[in-house]
Amino acid sequence: MPYHAIGRFLPFLDAQSCVSVLLHNSRLASWLWGAPLGLLRRGQNRKGQKLPMQVWTDLALETARVRGATFADARVVDIRLRDLSTKNGQVGNLSETESLGLGIRVMANGCWGFASTDRLTREGVQACTAQAVAIARASALAKLSDVVMVPEQAYVDTWQNPFIKDPFAIPLERQLDLLLAADREMSRVAGVTLTETSMQFRRLEQWYASTIGSRIHQVKMQSGAGIVATSFAGDEIQKRSYPSSFGGQHELAGYELVESLDLMRHAPRVAEEAAALHRAAPCPEGRHTLILESSQLGLQIHESIGHPIELDRVLGMEANFAGMSFLTTEKLGKLRYASDIVNVVADARLEHGPGLGTFAYDDEGVPAQCTDIIKQGLFTGYLSNRETAPVIGLARSGGTMRAESWNRLPIIRMTNVSLLPGNWRYEDLLADTDDGVLMETNRSWSIDDRRYHFQFSTEIGWEIKDGKKVRMLKNPSYSGITTEFWNSCDAICSRDHWILWGTPNCGKGQPMQTMGTGHGAAPSRFRNVRLGAAFAK
Amino acid sequence: MTPSRQSARKKAGARRAPKGPAVAAAHLPSDAELRRLAERILRLSDADETEVEISAGVDALTRFANNTIHQNVAEQSLSVSVRTVFDGRTARATTNKIDDDSLRRVVSASGGLARSQPKLPDLLPMPGPQKYVKVHRYFPGTAEATPRDRARAVSKVCASAAANRQTAAGIFTTGATAMALANSRGLFAAHRQTRAEFSITILESDSSGWTKANSPDIRQISPQALATSASQKAAASRAPREIEPGRWTVILEPAAVLDLVGFLFYDFAGTAVLDQRSCFNARMGKKLMGANITLRDDVTHPLQSGPAFDGEGMPRQKVLLVDAGVPRNLVYARATAKKMKTKPTGHGLPLPNESGESPFNLVFDGGTTSLAEMVAGTDRGILVTRLWYIREVEPYEKVLTGMTRDGTFLVENGRVVAGVRNFRFNQGILEMLSNVEQLGPAVRAAGEESFEMVVPAMKVRGFHFSEVTKF
Repeated sequence: MPYHAIGRFLPFLDAQSCVSVLLHNSRLASWLWGAPLGLLRRGQNRKGQKLPMQVWTDLALETARVRGATFADARVVDIRLRDLSTKNGQVGNLSETESLGLGIRVMANGCWGFASTDRLTREGVQACTAQAVAIARASALAKLSDVVMVPEQAYVDTWQNPFIKDPFAIPLERQLDLLLAADREMSRVAGVTLTETSMQFRRLEQWYASTIGSRIHQVKMQSGAGIVATSFAGDEIQKRSYPSSFGGQHELAGYELVESLDLMRHAPRVAEEAAALHRAAPCPEGRHTLILESSQLGLQIHESIGHPIELDRVLGMEANFAGMSFLTTEKLGKLRYASDIVNVVADARLEHGPGLGTFAYDDEGVPAQCTDIIKQGLFTGYLSNRETAPVIGLARSGGTMRAESWNRLPIIRMTNVSLLPGNWRYEDLLADTDDGVLMETNRSWSIDDRRYHFQFSTEIGWEIKDGKKVRMLKNPSYSGITTEFWNSCDAICSRDHWILWGTPNCGKGQPMQTMGTGHGAAPSRFRNVRLGAAFAK
Repeated sequence: MTPSRQSARKKAGARRAPKGPAVAAAHLPSDAELRRLAERILRLSDADETEVEISAGVDALTRFANNTIHQNVAEQSLSVSVRTVFDGRTARATTNKIDDDSLRRVVSASGGLARSQPKLPDLLPMPGPQKYVKVHRYFPGTAEATPRDRARAVSKVCASAAANRQTAAGIFTTGATAMALANSRGLFAAHRQTRAEFSITILESDSSGWTKANSPDIRQISPQALATSASQKAAASRAPREIEPGRWTVILEPAAVLDLVGFLFYDFAGTAVLDQRSCFNARMGKKLMGANITLRDDVTHPLQSGPAFDGEGMPRQKVLLVDAGVPRNLVYARATAKKMKTKPTGHGLPLPNESGESPFNLVFDGGTTSLAEMVAGTDRGILVTRLWYIREVEPYEKVLTGMTRDGTFLVENGRVVAGVRNFRFNQGILEMLSNVEQLGPAVRAAGEESFEMVVPAMKVRGFHFSEVTKF
């Protein structure tokens, strides 16, 4: 990352002053983002005339053909971002960013090349495309074999995710008033030493076109908000966040998401819990029964199921940075990944919900799909693209290619990787637990580069005795090996308790790109889990 | 921007025969062009005060895996960021469109945002013109690297990996940025920099090795030498043993040290102490680390990079942060310095922000013990190439967790005897920096969790490995 990108985006420093959170934060990479402050551009009109931006994708494809590319796809992306935050009762960050540009991926001499530019002129787009072809020809210097892709049909379509209230049309004063009021509610509580709130809105509009004839126009509106109270006392810093940590909840939705979170009602509670954590007993060490609430379970799914099923990782394409995967291809259809009540899907379709992994087409023109990842505990599927699908004998891509913006190459990404609901009522799950620990809201997360050994800590824990929450626990943590952990799952709550969480800051690829992913989960119980290793002396 | 592109091409052509599109050299505006663009934007504003930041960048990255190039990309971008002040209120708007209409819109968007909020009690008037130390960080050879140059180097390391029956994966990236900061009080600051980076992982069936180097000057980077080092590590860690976790003496190579100590950087912000979230809360002036730990922020250090000014255009000063184990000074943006009744140090972040400031050019004092000498002097210990997925478990003792990766070795009786399965650690950084037995020479280290800093290798006693993984 260029030095000034770090400089620019440090203002978004998270409550947890952690370099990697900074560097891997979506907002860090967003120095190149943005979008029009102008009016929404509408989809292709009825007469089938070209949309304004299709002039540029068409020019890029035509230039690629002339220069000898055997395949090409181009994306014009127009992004608009709004960031608001407060700290200790004052406005912290207040900014808008727009970014418009074109990225073109070409195949020439059997190899890939990609180039991107924000100079949307005839000369700029032609030069960018020529550069992509020259890069592909340079790639051929180290070629072992030609790239082969599974076939895909051409699509001409336009799509926008449903939302009720355009967050960019809501007066800023109203958005700031809500954040400042929630901030004040938290700072009233004795013992709270730092209060922070934030909202983030993002509108992404993309025009995709490929040499096989696809022309796909998509608009995605995304909203998010969250609050945090921190308490420093003695020699400890404790914090509580709502509705989740590291920026709160994010969905493909409008401002109605923020309103539904009811920040004002939760502000006093999180503040009181942050202060009370100093007086709580420490989380026990040793093997215990563990119940995870849904946002922490969402992150557990992300790290120990979502990443290992990325087929590019499995095939070594990410070996230098993100790492590889324990899920080598001979395990497909054979490995008992989890206990038989566990069912996991990767579902990009709108019917799954307004997740950050929801779309109509991926960024190489493949329609959104639902893939079974774990079926009754058995490992059944990977995340694939047109290039990797043949390796596991698939005739078609799973449709998971996604790019952060116009200046990034699409790569295999999680869509909505979700644990399907079980049939427990939450009250019954607690009542059925004689002796255990309930953990809520992620505080730290780490897993090895093959995705076997993980350790998580959460902001708060609760001791469960004889079916009841009896007392608060501080510094909770748990650790384990992926498949052992998922095989110890013996209860999953029902659809009533299931939430589709948004993770806006998943980092992958070189150059790094940040992507939003979705993770549906309901509170679940795991037996015989190692607790407390993070804080053991 | 056209004149600068042409002149850059002419210069490139004069130096050597064209080999293809020189990605980086082609599009960077000159300082004079940046100044003209900034002045054009300042003229569009009717705000009380206006600040403009322009950054232009060209980057290219050749990525390889399985002994072949599988991704190969380039990007060109220019962004304009405007901050206006109206009646004690400020906000920022950023665009990458530089036609007159878009510039007018970005100025007015910034004003619209600024006016929509309550007054900011800590906002100071913008600074006037400043003087800066010259830093030389632009190397034409880096800017002129072509896709073929990178592909040829990658092709060679892939061929050697194949000859060794190993598998190579990594990146070779080159790029250049030009940026300028100007405000309506006459301040103008500009910076140009190039960047080259090579990182390689060499894999065998049950082991791996890794190295990475980063420099503004591509001549400082030798892909073949880095590949050889990674290859030797992969070979030496074959058939890894599983060793019991616990408290171990560890020898941390500079990349491993970097990714741990990198987590300390924001704790040195005045704002972090004001907000009571720094590990130096109520501890300044107390001995928190060993006497062999001295740490500065120094933008002028020859192994450092980045501009000599901060987000408001204030000149970066050299700051002694830790002196022989005692935290002595913090860094301050202008507003933070006023609140804390001290002087700004030139480490402010672009406004508006909630974080204040941060050091960006950390330099640890090194020692004289080589890595080989550290190994030779160790009866029983673990040699660590790099660490991975580091996260903060506890912010006040600064306990971090993470994994070892790509070359972890058992040292016995002064020799590296075997590769070992990777460990998870849970280790307080302040405690670790109190237990440093030996230091190597400080080098510019590159990792994955932190930006580049100048750090030494360290031999540390009692490092806490809590668990072990399966490979």
